[in-house]
Amino acid sequence: MPKSNRVTLVDTTMRDGSHAMRHSYSTEQVERIAEGLDTAGIPIIEISHGDGLGGSSFNYGFSETPELKLIEAAAKKVKNAKIAVLLLPGIGTIENLKAAKECGASVLRVATHVTEADVSEQHIAAAKDLGMMTVGFLMMTHMASPQRVAEEAAKMDSYGVDYINLADSAGYMLPDDVAKRITEVKAAVKAPVGFHAHNNLSLAMANSLAAIEAGAEYLDATLRGLGAGAGNTQLEALAGVLKRKDIETGADFYKLMDLAKDAVDPLMLRPQVIDNGAMMLGYAGVYSSFLLHVYNAAERYEQEPRDILVELGKRGMVGGQEDMIIDVAYQLKNSAKGASGYTL
Amino acid sequence: MDKIKVGIIGPGNIGSDLMFKVFRSKNLEMGIMAGIVESEGIKRAAFLGVPVSTEGVKAVVERGDIRIAFDATSAAAHVKFNGPALRQAGIVSIDLTPAALGPYCVPSVNLEALKEEPDINMVTCGGQATIPIVYAVSRVAGARYAEIVACISSKSAGPGTRANMDEFTETTARAIVSVGKADKGKAIIILNPADPPLMMTNTIMTRVKNPDVGIEKIRESIYAMVDKLKEYVPGYQLRVPPLLEGDKVTVIVSVQGQGDFLPPYSGNLDIINSAAVAAAEKISAAMLAKGDVL
Repeated sequence: MPKSNRVTLVDTTMRDGSHAMRHSYSTEQVERIAEGLDTAGIPIIEISHGDGLGGSSFNYGFSETPELKLIEAAAKKVKNAKIAVLLLPGIGTIENLKAAKECGASVLRVATHVTEADVSEQHIAAAKDLGMMTVGFLMMTHMASPQRVAEEAAKMDSYGVDYINLADSAGYMLPDDVAKRITEVKAAVKAPVGFHAHNNLSLAMANSLAAIEAGAEYLDATLRGLGAGAGNTQLEALAGVLKRKDIETGADFYKLMDLAKDAVDPLMLRPQVIDNGAMMLGYAGVYSSFLLHVYNAAERYEQEPRDILVELGKRGMVGGQEDMIIDVAYQLKNSAKGASGYTL
Repeated sequence: MDKIKVGIIGPGNIGSDLMFKVFRSKNLEMGIMAGIVESEGIKRAAFLGVPVSTEGVKAVVERGDIRIAFDATSAAAHVKFNGPALRQAGIVSIDLTPAALGPYCVPSVNLEALKEEPDINMVTCGGQATIPIVYAVSRVAGARYAEIVACISSKSAGPGTRANMDEFTETTARAIVSVGKADKGKAIIILNPADPPLMMTNTIMTRVKNPDVGIEKIRESIYAMVDKLKEYVPGYQLRVPPLLEGDKVTVIVSVQGQGDFLPPYSGNLDIINSAAVAAAEKISAAMLAKGDVL
């Protein structure tokens, strides 16, 4: 597979990063980051609640500032970049999408669990009717074989998406796993393919490069790697790495570094490191945004976070099932099998 | 003893499961299974001795002895054809589509008030599993906001649900407000592909107006509601009993199906069908008590 000498960078500091911020972004913070990204040449900037449009809830955490306000504020600040929104069918609706479009969003990324692509058809069609760029986004792609991922991607392709994005939502995959899936999907679809990494096993950058080698043309990344679990591929570092590889991105490496230092460092609620919980997400294959909810439940039910994470992995929980963290913590406490003797 | 004859329109999975539930009922008798084409469901019903037709609602009306009809087709068909035709013939509609021509019915909450209605709508599977809990909380502590997360196995989500996820979330949210009596409602649905399939699980989170009534009162109200639900959905179970934190009440329930026609993991389909049959039983009991039999 010939590698592309051009990659489109998609920033999701204000969507995936919203998990790490516990959905507390303010209008001012978003304005500053969006303006900086635009100036640094990032062409697509995603803004939504971490769980996509309509994600503000008990289950995923309430947004401090309504996402529509953030989208509107960012859209006013950017000159060249497109504002993207994420939507998970079952959480967000076409009504939410229309409202986001009114506020200035022009790209819709519709995310489904890797085996459930057909639930996206309605939302992709609606976005196309609204004249938006559309992206089919498959989550938790480690949970399906490369062949199955390709079958599901082909469904989204048939709905007319502009590109297909594969997400390693649990940060579980090794570079080989990524390459196999990208290769298989590329062979099955007409649309370009992109990749979204999580750094839970310290492989976000390596996996992003493996994706490009296998032919990916879009990469998701965030400033300082800000995102669920151990975060995503670090945008400013990725810009530097791709420069070294002579891959054209249009991004300004220095401006991104400065933006990360000046606009993101000061607002981070916790260091974006691979702590033990995040590592267990990657190892057990659990959805990255569960992490902070697991820490809360572990404290409330006096359980070891690692035990909760392992049990969630065993049960095959998928993205969006944050409510089952409480269920698992409660059942562990009641069965009194919780303690592993280690603390994280 | 007299029985009330019912019709089922739509011989798919839902319609077939409904038929087995009607077989068990003491007030109801299968009068007809109607579809619009020859199908497995039609053959199955005929094999079991049920009169069948491929003339749809027309056949149900023409029989002249059907008093109650379950509509397990689609919202469009209910609005355009089945709803109006049944109403004109004086046949009570129990609508399992998202059409909602008539009021929402959640039997453990508001069936008593709806037993004279010509057309009642069964909301959604997630609504049947969660709205009783919302109501149990709101009746003792008030509810500013209620949010439900329904997780169903991928295998039990049919093409209708998959093609229109918004219909599920929006209908459920509306009924959380109108039937559950929360000021605001939100519904989330998750499809989980785990194999073997997971049982339907629902989480109900409510922001109450008066946390001072205390967890004991809220628990009592919820336990009473669960007992009432178990009368028509034996597989309904509390997984995580009511928890009060500040003004937030959290409850997790699961629903195991009775395995009538559909496998036990599809508790989502079992509960909406059980609710529909419970409604039909109540309505038929009123007909029988009045001696209003054909």
